[in-house]
Amino acid sequence: MSRNHVSATVNGDPVEFLSHPGATLLDALRDDLGLTGSKEGCGSGDCGACSVILDGRLVCSCLVLAAEAQGRRIETIEGMADGATLHPLQQKFLEHAALQCGFCTPGLLVAAKALLEVNPDPSESETRYWLAGNLCRCTGYDKVIRAVMDAAADMRQARVPA
Amino acid sequence: MSHIDYMAPASAEEAATALAAHGARALGGGTDLLVQLRAGRLPPGPIVDLKRIPGAIGIRREGGGFIIGAATPGMAIGENEALAAAWPGVVEATCLIGSTQIQGRASMAGNLCNASPAADSVPAMIAARATCVIVGPSGRRTIPVEAIAVGPGRTCLEAGEFVLEIRLPPRPPRSADAYLRSIPRTEMDIAVVGVGVNLTLDESGTIAEARVAIGAVGPTVVIAKDAAAALVGSKADDAALAKLDAAARAACRPISDKRGTAEFRTSIAGVLARRVATIAYERATSRP
Repeated sequence: MSRNHVSATVNGDPVEFLSHPGATLLDALRDDLGLTGSKEGCGSGDCGACSVILDGRLVCSCLVLAAEAQGRRIETIEGMADGATLHPLQQKFLEHAALQCGFCTPGLLVAAKALLEVNPDPSESETRYWLAGNLCRCTGYDKVIRAVMDAAADMRQARVPA
Repeated sequence: MSHIDYMAPASAEEAATALAAHGARALGGGTDLLVQLRAGRLPPGPIVDLKRIPGAIGIRREGGGFIIGAATPGMAIGENEALAAAWPGVVEATCLIGSTQIQGRASMAGNLCNASPAADSVPAMIAARATCVIVGPSGRRTIPVEAIAVGPGRTCLEAGEFVLEIRLPPRPPRSADAYLRSIPRTEMDIAVVGVGVNLTLDESGTIAEARVAIGAVGPTVVIAKDAAAALVGSKADDAALAKLDAAARAACRPISDKRGTAEFRTSIAGVLARRVATIAYERATSRP
């Protein structure tokens, strides 16, 4: 029952931690690294509140073992704003009131960012399918979709990469 | 999850040795395994991560066919244009599994070895005559995909054995596949019925070879030989599709559960078989 020493990169910074046997990447981010933006909703990969980008792929961090992160590159919600400047998606979520309780918001933002990285001009239908793995019990989704579409339009006009 | 050891061997042989330990489990994308461990449905045991084994992630061509590493995520399978062009049914089935997040991790080999009767990629792989390379303590063997699952949640794999690769055969000319499933909503659900069809036409556009595989209508995927025979010699016309429909329904041995009654599943299997055969036929005719 050894602990695994894990070195990884989180939001561009090198990090090290000892993973407990059975700990998930979400556990490591929240409990070892103090990055509590990623949330545990379901713990079974259904709700997307724990979404992070692992080596360029959007994943549920609750379905990744912490030990698997050895040598990997992880992007979380904490890396999304540039200092005090919010990412355009974050700004648009505020403008469109695309959140109520906020629990799903970090996951939705990370997932939306991953979408715009591969598809800067998604249709509403593509956006809804892409975000189908992010459950929100408050907003009814329409405001979320509007915020993502609006952010994408602004980012295309300003030629800002996601 | 409590008390599980993790190891990530760098070779297939090391992985086979580690997997021979009591209760050891192979980890690919983890989208089934970690859920089952957390729910306490599996006894705790060492976790052997396959993803550091060379070739376990990635798609390569060999002899006109494709070799797909066991832990290759669905998203990478969907992004591979050559694979999607050659095997559109296998790719569309694999990409139906779960959300974007799940697609970032879930693999065809994992879908296969989880041995759910409703697995989406499995009927498509079986229709395609896909095989898998199994590594174990006594070496390697290659078996057809349909030999893996022996019942719900149970596989033929022995202690220490795991699937390293899925292999799709070379594509003959005028040949294509398709997959459709029925779910009560548009996304994020488990198949009530899923049908994969693979067809090869002769030069006149007549179906020379057909294979029909139906998921979620029995304890394992059903290979509907009579349904395939109903298509051979036809151009997927109405009469052939009616025979296909009847033969597909006759092949079903479903249970009734919360997703659908046995009668509903049987009826839907016939409808889906017609639709999937029509799509596969149209695809095949557009490939000279």
